[in-house]
Amino acid sequence: MADAPLLVLDQVGKTFHRRGSTPLAAVKAVSLTVHVGEIVALVGESGSGKSTLGRIALGLLPPDSGRVMFDGHDLTGLSRGDFRRVRTGMQPIFQDSTAALNPRRTVRQLLTQALWQNPVDVEARCIGLLEDVGMRPAARFLDSYPHELSGGQRQRVSIARSLAMEPRLIIADEPLSGADVSIRGQVLNLLLDIQDKRDVAYLMITHDISIARAFAHRVAVMMQGEVVEVGPADQVLRTPHHAYTQRLVAAVPVLA
Amino acid sequence: MSRPDAVSAASRPLLQTEKLEIAYVSRDSTTVAVRDASIVVHEGESVALVGESGSGKSTIARAMLGLLPEGSSRIAQGRILIDGQDVTAYSPRQWEGMRGHPVAMVFQDPLSYLNPVLRIGKQIAESVRRHDRSAAREAARVTELLELVHLPASAARAYPHELSGGMRQRVLLAIALGCRPKLLIADEPTTALDVTTQAEILALLKDLRQRLGMAMLLISHDLGVVWEECERAYVMFRSRIVESGVTRQIFSAPQHPYTTGLIKAAKAARNSDNRFETIQGEFSTAVD
Amino acid sequence: MTSSFLAKMARHRSGTVAGLFILALIVLGILVNFVPQLDPHALSNDVMEPPSAAFVLGTDELGRSVLAGVLYGIQISVTVGFFAALAATVLGVLIGAIAGFYGGWLDAAVMRIAEFFQVIPSFILAAMIVAFAGPGLTQIIVVVGLLAWPQVARVMRGEVLRVKQLEFVDAVRCLGLPEGRVLIGEVIPNAVAPVLAVSTLIVGQAILLEASLSFLGLSSVELVSWGRMLNSGQRFLFNAWWLSFFPGTAIFLTVLAFNVFGDAVGTVLNPKGRR
Repeated sequence: MADAPLLVLDQVGKTFHRRGSTPLAAVKAVSLTVHVGEIVALVGESGSGKSTLGRIALGLLPPDSGRVMFDGHDLTGLSRGDFRRVRTGMQPIFQDSTAALNPRRTVRQLLTQALWQNPVDVEARCIGLLEDVGMRPAARFLDSYPHELSGGQRQRVSIARSLAMEPRLIIADEPLSGADVSIRGQVLNLLLDIQDKRDVAYLMITHDISIARAFAHRVAVMMQGEVVEVGPADQVLRTPHHAYTQRLVAAVPVLA
Repeated sequence: MSRPDAVSAASRPLLQTEKLEIAYVSRDSTTVAVRDASIVVHEGESVALVGESGSGKSTIARAMLGLLPEGSSRIAQGRILIDGQDVTAYSPRQWEGMRGHPVAMVFQDPLSYLNPVLRIGKQIAESVRRHDRSAAREAARVTELLELVHLPASAARAYPHELSGGMRQRVLLAIALGCRPKLLIADEPTTALDVTTQAEILALLKDLRQRLGMAMLLISHDLGVVWEECERAYVMFRSRIVESGVTRQIFSAPQHPYTTGLIKAAKAARNSDNRFETIQGEFSTAVD
Repeated sequence: MTSSFLAKMARHRSGTVAGLFILALIVLGILVNFVPQLDPHALSNDVMEPPSAAFVLGTDELGRSVLAGVLYGIQISVTVGFFAALAATVLGVLIGAIAGFYGGWLDAAVMRIAEFFQVIPSFILAAMIVAFAGPGLTQIIVVVGLLAWPQVARVMRGEVLRVKQLEFVDAVRCLGLPEGRVLIGEVIPNAVAPVLAVSTLIVGQAILLEASLSFLGLSSVELVSWGRMLNSGQRFLFNAWWLSFFPGTAIFLTVLAFNVFGDAVGTVLNPKGRR
């Protein structure tokens, strides 16, 4: 089962046309697969196209070419209603937990919104979700607004909301880059706990090589819109083949 | 928990704070951002001030350059000495005369410190004029500074928005160097940059320090950067300096539990439970 | 949110003064109904009396009290201003939100239409509508509503463009909610604040337009309005200054107050504002 492909990006391309400047090929014919229950890190520097690829995978941005297959469905060929339904199997976690939560909604409202398709037992389920992400006593947080929470708590609420959809894949775009080191470990551990319990797969988009190495099973390295190297995390980041990956790995300051 | 400094007593202290306490004052409350902070940077030395966000490290840096927001903050106790001179009570005018020399500063976000409508060359020339009055040498000095930070002479004609983040940071460095500082305070100079660009800027800083004999105070949250760049380090946690000493010694045998946790967390390695190290209990900055 | 808004407004000095002035206007406009002595239509034999203890702001050529006229004029001005701004705001918010959110040809088309309405000389459109539909407050409200919505729509569209690309909107999309619910539930509530400042400015424009139309006699005779008073007073400008001066000052101060208040609302609501 672990080998079944969950997300398949097949020759996906995206070019941005901006007025007054040359078109920017952000993603060039990229193919990438995430299997059921697998953790894949997509590493690269700013402008490499990794975030664009993440948005395409989530269905937030239509690709110009290629196919996005999730759970056996070709997202590009679905009707609007089916597309919305299939897409809920993938959930995002964003970099900036402040921006990821509507500032005008309480935690209760934010979570209730995620249960819109089947709004029964809402209160109990909200509390269950908050407990799943380690926010206890959960009832205390229900009526808080995002700005009343700490950065770590906000990130947890945003993760709880994603879990409400019972996702099979979580696409996390730099979920740690705004966070202090002390919060980083907590969030990563939470993601690992969730995986143990629910068998979700992760596509972790990050610029942080050390996190990719410690967190992911496989790593894909992106440069200028192309995936230049894919393989087991340990292999790619310890004995990189591509010149760019070598440069990237060498640039990371390492604590002895 | 301080250890004897590795630097010999012979080298002169360039910058010193003595039991510094800085408070932010608002309409209805006073928050102490820095307590009892004593830091010293000697000539030619590379020193780090490490801490997570909100630890007070940037507040100290601002105070050292007279950049604390007026009215809403004040130095409640202690002294700041630059080149032996007590600057604690300096007026904005007096600070104006000090700016850039002997202490200059570069920041995390160069774009907001550059004038968007002035060409790079002009902005560097302005800082040159501050300390070299002869106009004839100005152009030559600008070219020399650009060369010093490894930018082509043609960059003088560019506007800030035409440059990449790494190039902008080089420009900010050139402007700082235009004042011939003896000490450069670098506040998270590479945090906004990609790793490969970060490596280039750090290499450049190291090279400049050696060539110009300049001291550096690096303010950073990134232990990896500090490990590679700085001889000595001060660790800040919740407004206090909790540990100081030679970087290698701190990292190999940290004395304070917060430092221990920070180093473990920064290594991003998994422990025996297959989980990541976190900073536990009272030393966690996360309030959840 | 509301309490912090009020607290910040209170710190904005000119905005507070303008706000109190507007509040006083509204109170006076209501109270005047309960004082039978102040009847703007009552004729008397004291014709063209200058301001005195008996007639605080003087009387006109038919012996009517200028004070009563100015006070009753508040009702017309504030009513026109409020409903015109409301109409323009509702129209502008909806149109601007749809244009900004859905984008593409819809956006382009809506913005061209908005430009069309912005370049029509307001006064000529108003005069035409009055000519066809007859004079009346409703007509003025319709004219201002028709002409002012593009100001609101532009601001709204800009805000929606900003808000719709925020991460929480994407997050809600991924929950599978239909686009319409994303627009109404997430985008509009977070985009609407800056529009309030524009709406307040429209109140002033509406009051001015009503006064101009009345000044030219394009309003119904029964309505006691500042513009009408100016119109009938200008004939006596050189021998009875008070007939023009007081209604004119009322228009000036009221429009000024709404503009200052609108600016203050804008400053306070702007997240990048000073405080």
